[in-house]
Amino acid sequence: MNVQTFLQHFINALSLGGIYALIAIGYTMVYGILRLINFAHGDVFTYGIYFAFYAVVAFFFPWWMAFIFSIFVTALLGAAIERVAYRPLRNAPRISALITAIGVSFFLENFAIVAFGGRAKSFNPQTGIYPTTFLKMLRFGNIRVPLLTFLTLGVVALVLIILLWIVYHTKVGMAMRAISKDITATRLMGVNADRIVSFTFMIGSGLAAVGGILWAMKYPQIYPFTGMIPGLKAFIAAVVGGIGSIQGAMIGGFTLGVAEIMIVAFFPSWAGYKDAFAYAILLVMLLFRPTGILGVEVPEKV
Amino acid sequence: MQRKTLSTKTQFFLTLFLVLGIWFLLFLAKNNASEYVILILNLIAINVIFATTLTFINGITGIFSLGHAGFIAIGAYVSSLLTLPIEQKEMSFLIKPLIYPLNKVEMSFFPACIIAGLVSALFGYIVAAPSLRLIGDYLAIATLGLGETIRIIANNTWSITNGALGLKAIPPYTNLWWTWGWAFVTVLVIASLVKSSYGRALKAIREDSLAAKAMGINVFSHQVMSFVLGSFFAGIGGALWAHLITTIDPKSFMFVKTFEILIMTVLGGLGSISGAIIGAAIYTVGLEFLRVLEAPFSIGSITFPGIPGMRMVVLSLLLILLMLFWRRGIMGRRELSWDGLYNLLRRIRFSSRGDRA
Repeated sequence: MNVQTFLQHFINALSLGGIYALIAIGYTMVYGILRLINFAHGDVFTYGIYFAFYAVVAFFFPWWMAFIFSIFVTALLGAAIERVAYRPLRNAPRISALITAIGVSFFLENFAIVAFGGRAKSFNPQTGIYPTTFLKMLRFGNIRVPLLTFLTLGVVALVLIILLWIVYHTKVGMAMRAISKDITATRLMGVNADRIVSFTFMIGSGLAAVGGILWAMKYPQIYPFTGMIPGLKAFIAAVVGGIGSIQGAMIGGFTLGVAEIMIVAFFPSWAGYKDAFAYAILLVMLLFRPTGILGVEVPEKV
Repeated sequence: MQRKTLSTKTQFFLTLFLVLGIWFLLFLAKNNASEYVILILNLIAINVIFATTLTFINGITGIFSLGHAGFIAIGAYVSSLLTLPIEQKEMSFLIKPLIYPLNKVEMSFFPACIIAGLVSALFGYIVAAPSLRLIGDYLAIATLGLGETIRIIANNTWSITNGALGLKAIPPYTNLWWTWGWAFVTVLVIASLVKSSYGRALKAIREDSLAAKAMGINVFSHQVMSFVLGSFFAGIGGALWAHLITTIDPKSFMFVKTFEILIMTVLGGLGSISGAIIGAAIYTVGLEFLRVLEAPFSIGSITFPGIPGMRMVVLSLLLILLMLFWRRGIMGRRELSWDGLYNLLRRIRFSSRGDRA
């Protein structure tokens, strides 16, 4: 492998990693606050793509409006899921909440089959969903990179900066961080915890929609199970980075994206096992450093 | 009113009568029922095996494992590879020929089942050691990943599993005797284990593993044992299932499989063996009744086409609603027992006699 192909793969890996990071943030924020693995997050991601798709195809929105519309609707969907399915179980055993989350995930997937049809839909610029200029190839010497890759990286960077600003420099962010430490004490401080949790779900789901749209531009086939594998991988990314930590989710997302593309690039015959690498990374990580790269160890209470 | 207990002897005979009764009913079904009903009866027994093992691992021991489909896959593949006729193997493996010892083997069903269970248990053992060091939802995710990994491996090892093409024309050895016999053995073994001191240790681990450890229970080895036993019977269930359906491919063992079993156990009550049996039966029969939803229906002269996928929507809603409003399921953590039944009958008799009791 020469330098050129390496760079080519590396840039590709970065854009994939960026999308994983966006989804992983949704997992990590919810886990940080509620200690709940939001299994349905990958399916929220799928719905984000479908909303954008239908906004253009059925409502004839211009692409940028469709994308913004999708982000808002997906955010509302996330908040609705939290309100209906997770809030009543706030004080239930954690396993019950996890089972419910699995149920919500299956509900969303199968509802998508009923509502949107099981056949794959095409999310490509030829059907007018977004401008074809996004796919223009830029040349750097012998390396050819589509504009979309830079766009993806730019969007990811922008979104992450806004997110970090919200979490570390606003009152809402302060409340989020407080809830993740101790929800009862935060309530006693006069914070409306339920509203903050809703807000967290909205941010996470909105980011999933952003990730979903970027994903669909990269892999333009959408079907009701699109989000399953990227969702699981993003969750793994969140664990690898240290679940509960936003910076960890970013690091984990990029690590996973780069590892996945690079392993296949170096050992093409392993391509069939592509999806198993993530699980292997997860297992190794859980065994040797269960708290992840940036996670903090929580001592077991007796 | 005082609770009365029946003597062990009476209980034994009651159980014997129950088993003989079921045996007689199956005998009748085998000779008289339609093929469709027999298929459903077979599926009930196989699902009882799956649900009981998952309850044993999840509900009794408290290891929240989501990798059940992986063990079922191993059982199904191993047994099918052992029983497939040699000529059929040569015909099926188009892309790459089957590797050496397997392409010369053709076994009868029973030893194939046992080997399938043992291989599955071996995998369970290998998997248990690393994953049981994790707790709670981490364990769930890790086992989910392992189950999926087994499926991905099956999808890629063309010279063993025939990859995505899967195996077809598996001899249809499964019949009512095999399925119900194995279901009986599974329930018997697991129920007796749960009743023994071993089972009490498992429940102690479920309630509080630290306290159990303090009481001198070797938490890790108990959990591993439970996991291995569960995967053994799950493997056998997989073998029965493969020889009932007669074609398998990696897609049959997606996470949905685990999800279905999870609904059965939650419906029956996570933590109750009799609940698992009831849950499996209701689920299997209910799924058939729900076919109405996917069939075309007509109101007046207008005919609506059936909506494919509607059944799964209903099922997933059912799981969510169960968790929200009826978390303990049908049985909770209680078990059906002759004592319970006896006392229930006595109570009914006394209350019908009025207040004299």
